[in-house]
Amino acid sequence: MNPAPLLECKDIAFERDDLPLFSGVSLQLLPGQAIQVKGANGVGKTTLLRILSTSLQASAGVVLWKGEPLSRRLSEFRADSLYIGHASGVKLALSPAQNLHWFFQVFPGNGVTIPDALRRVGLEGFEDVPCNTLSAGQLRRVALARLYASAATLWILDEPLTSIDVDGIGVMAQLMSNHLAAGNGILMTSHQPLPLDNLHFLELERYVH
Amino acid sequence: MSTEGDASLGSGPFSAIFVRDLRVALRHRGELANPLVFFLMVATLVPLGISPESSVLTLLAPGMIWVMALLASLLSTESLFLSDFRDGSLEQLVISPQPLWLLVLAKVLAHWLVTGLPLTLFAPLLGVMLALPAEGFVTLIASLAMGTAALSMIGSVGAALTVAIPRGGLLLSLIVMPLYMPVLIFGATAVQQAVDGFSASGTLAILGALFAFSCMVTPFAAAGALRISLHG
Repeated sequence: MNPAPLLECKDIAFERDDLPLFSGVSLQLLPGQAIQVKGANGVGKTTLLRILSTSLQASAGVVLWKGEPLSRRLSEFRADSLYIGHASGVKLALSPAQNLHWFFQVFPGNGVTIPDALRRVGLEGFEDVPCNTLSAGQLRRVALARLYASAATLWILDEPLTSIDVDGIGVMAQLMSNHLAAGNGILMTSHQPLPLDNLHFLELERYVH
Repeated sequence: MSTEGDASLGSGPFSAIFVRDLRVALRHRGELANPLVFFLMVATLVPLGISPESSVLTLLAPGMIWVMALLASLLSTESLFLSDFRDGSLEQLVISPQPLWLLVLAKVLAHWLVTGLPLTLFAPLLGVMLALPAEGFVTLIASLAMGTAALSMIGSVGAALTVAIPRGGLLLSLIVMPLYMPVLIFGATAVQQAVDGFSASGTLAILGALFAFSCMVTPFAAAGALRISLHG
């Protein structure tokens, strides 16, 4: 028997200014599973992930979190999920350590310290320099360092590997595998292929008008 | 979660956002000076444009200083949520498990400390430039302290509504200006009363009530407006 799904969507639709973007999107994310949303640019991958991260509201459809409607478990879901979007929320005026500090005062952490998380993404020695002196890849790593210290069950990652080098992608793939092995879930978009065992695909193009 | 040196500062979501915004503001000191420079520039325009006669300036000073403070405050309001919106941290705050109004309140408080408070402290200098009678100074500072805080609170709703609109600054002015009027009326009246030798305490009390009311209402309104803006 399959375990109960972490996240379930039924017939999600989204329209912007009365123009339908996609409709009828259904998915089931089981514990230990990763789902990669695929599709060409502009089909609504980011929109779908933003709906599932609760920053956008779907125009139709139901989202269930651990079997219950998301709208009734909203704060619980928000404490148990982590979203990293294109704009990753790293403040350029602050240092990587300061960025993670405010982040983990707002979101629950798992006990990994901030210097430790930064070390694991290869930012040792950059903890206290302003982020506006870092490269694009290093900035991405600051955002990804949250994954090491986050207590979230569900990761929602929109192009997490943009401007990350080959070694970095290997490290991230390992981190994601560990996260999945612990019975958690990942929803993501990526243009890079990822060597994950339990990776499923959602072709968004099938639901687009 | 903690890191060395940061552990004592900003634990809890409110103070974390408060300290974060102060740090960001102090990194952009040039931007902080802009409303102050504006305040000063307009004050120098008044004698040039109307009359350098101190009898005329004395008459104008209470209202003029208040109007200029209001405009300077309006000028800085647009930036309240804009950088957070652009770098994605606003979205993180909106989807965080914390009550959004609390985070908004922390942001507005930090914003007032770096914009409204300097204006308040700067105002006596303008009082001297515009020949404000000595009786008006204490009331000027008291009314501006409460008034600019109320303006920041009210402005946060407009800033939240227009944050996702490109070049929303003008729209922001149109939205918040009418809401600024009660604050301006009671602020300028209080200073005028003090100058005329009356007690301004009643008017200041109404200003305080406006401030208290805006503290109670606007964080919720701004939080709701932010959710709408991000949805657009």
